[in-house]
Amino acid sequence: MLTKRIIPCLDVDAGRVVKGTKFLNLVDAGDPVVVAEEYERQGADELTFLDITASSDNRNTLLEIVEKTAEKCMMPVTVGGGVRSLEDIRRLLMAGADKVGINTAAVHRPEFVEEASQKFGSQCIVVAVDAKRAGDSWEIFTHGGRKATGLNALDWCEKMEKLGAGEILLTSMDQDGTQEGYDLALLQSVNERLSIPVIASGGVGNLEHLHEGLTTGHADAVLAASIFHFGKYSVQQAKDYLSKRGVLVRK
Amino acid sequence: MIAILDYDMSNLRSVAKAFERLGATCKITRDKKEILAADKLVVPGQGAFADCMRLLKDYELIDTLKEFMDSGKPYLGLCLGMQILMESSDEAPGVEGLGVFKGGVERFSPDLELKVPHMGWNNLLIAKESRLLQGLPEASYVYFVHSYYVTPQDKRMVAANCHYGIDFPAAFEHKNIFATQFHPEKSQKIGLHILKNFTQI
Repeated sequence: MLTKRIIPCLDVDAGRVVKGTKFLNLVDAGDPVVVAEEYERQGADELTFLDITASSDNRNTLLEIVEKTAEKCMMPVTVGGGVRSLEDIRRLLMAGADKVGINTAAVHRPEFVEEASQKFGSQCIVVAVDAKRAGDSWEIFTHGGRKATGLNALDWCEKMEKLGAGEILLTSMDQDGTQEGYDLALLQSVNERLSIPVIASGGVGNLEHLHEGLTTGHADAVLAASIFHFGKYSVQQAKDYLSKRGVLVRK
Repeated sequence: MIAILDYDMSNLRSVAKAFERLGATCKITRDKKEILAADKLVVPGQGAFADCMRLLKDYELIDTLKEFMDSGKPYLGLCLGMQILMESSDEAPGVEGLGVFKGGVERFSPDLELKVPHMGWNNLLIAKESRLLQGLPEASYVYFVHSYYVTPQDKRMVAANCHYGIDFPAAFEHKNIFATQFHPEKSQKIGLHILKNFTQI
């Protein structure tokens, strides 16, 4: 049976993990490669790097990180942030990324998702969607959640699936950073409309939140950052908890 | 030496890295002489069936692959590299596969009401004793990413199945020809075990 995936996410700025992580056992908890190895050891199912570097000068730094991670780790790695062209995607894949996350560039030109999935295959194209509640529905935002688009999130996700996205990384802007749990209504609504996997993101504060996202929210995978980075829980603890609650995970 | 076929279809580095971890010598190549001189050949694959066959044709590699298989040396197809062993695929009507095995490639049916692609860790259901999968713990988890699966006429070559709505072949073993629908190079310890088995054949 297919298991639900637990995906730690690392925000990387100019080659360093943002805010750092608090793994006492690591020599350099700001080094993305070192942290990636620790997560692999803990049993993470995949890893996501989100490059939040503002300047494009540092793109090569990211490629180096991806390369080193691919050398050390044998788990699937997704890289998002600043992916704007087929050439960006090709470089990341050649560096060793398994999937790339596309966000703002998809909004600017939705056909980009179609071109990318035709060229590299749907399996490596993840469309990242930042959604914010707007009345009865949700609106998508770009530029790391700063720019409103006027686009309905549910329609948008459906359109991305049609254009060839292999997966949706769905972040609730309302919940992100609150540690109060995922936006379950958003997850449910998107999952009802889509037949590609959906990764839940934004708002995890405890293990029960992961459980809710995977059960009530029907997510196929859960992405979390702070609960793992700050050593509150290990990936293994999260899996033990979920397994006890009847969720199938790889142990 | 293990040759890893380079035909612009995927990042081959992770496959090479995995073999290197095991102490194997490998070379990423599309040179016919090098391929035919290798002890073993690995054919990875990602993306679309039609693109894959077109590139093999453009690089004039189809006969080389068949010649290698006929030589009796171990051949390993990964993911799309498994699918192209079949005669054809529903993904690309009219495009001929390598036709090593009779049968085709189908997409997970919408009737199954499943998320497609089948993406993530799923366990192997061993179908027969095999050199490729020997020594694995029961129901080992491996990493899959695919929307299509092979449907061979002769099921005797199936070394393991996987369940996703239906049971589909996850690994082949027939004489010197081996293939997996999953990605051993992404499957951590279990994946390394399988690749190690292959290096020892």
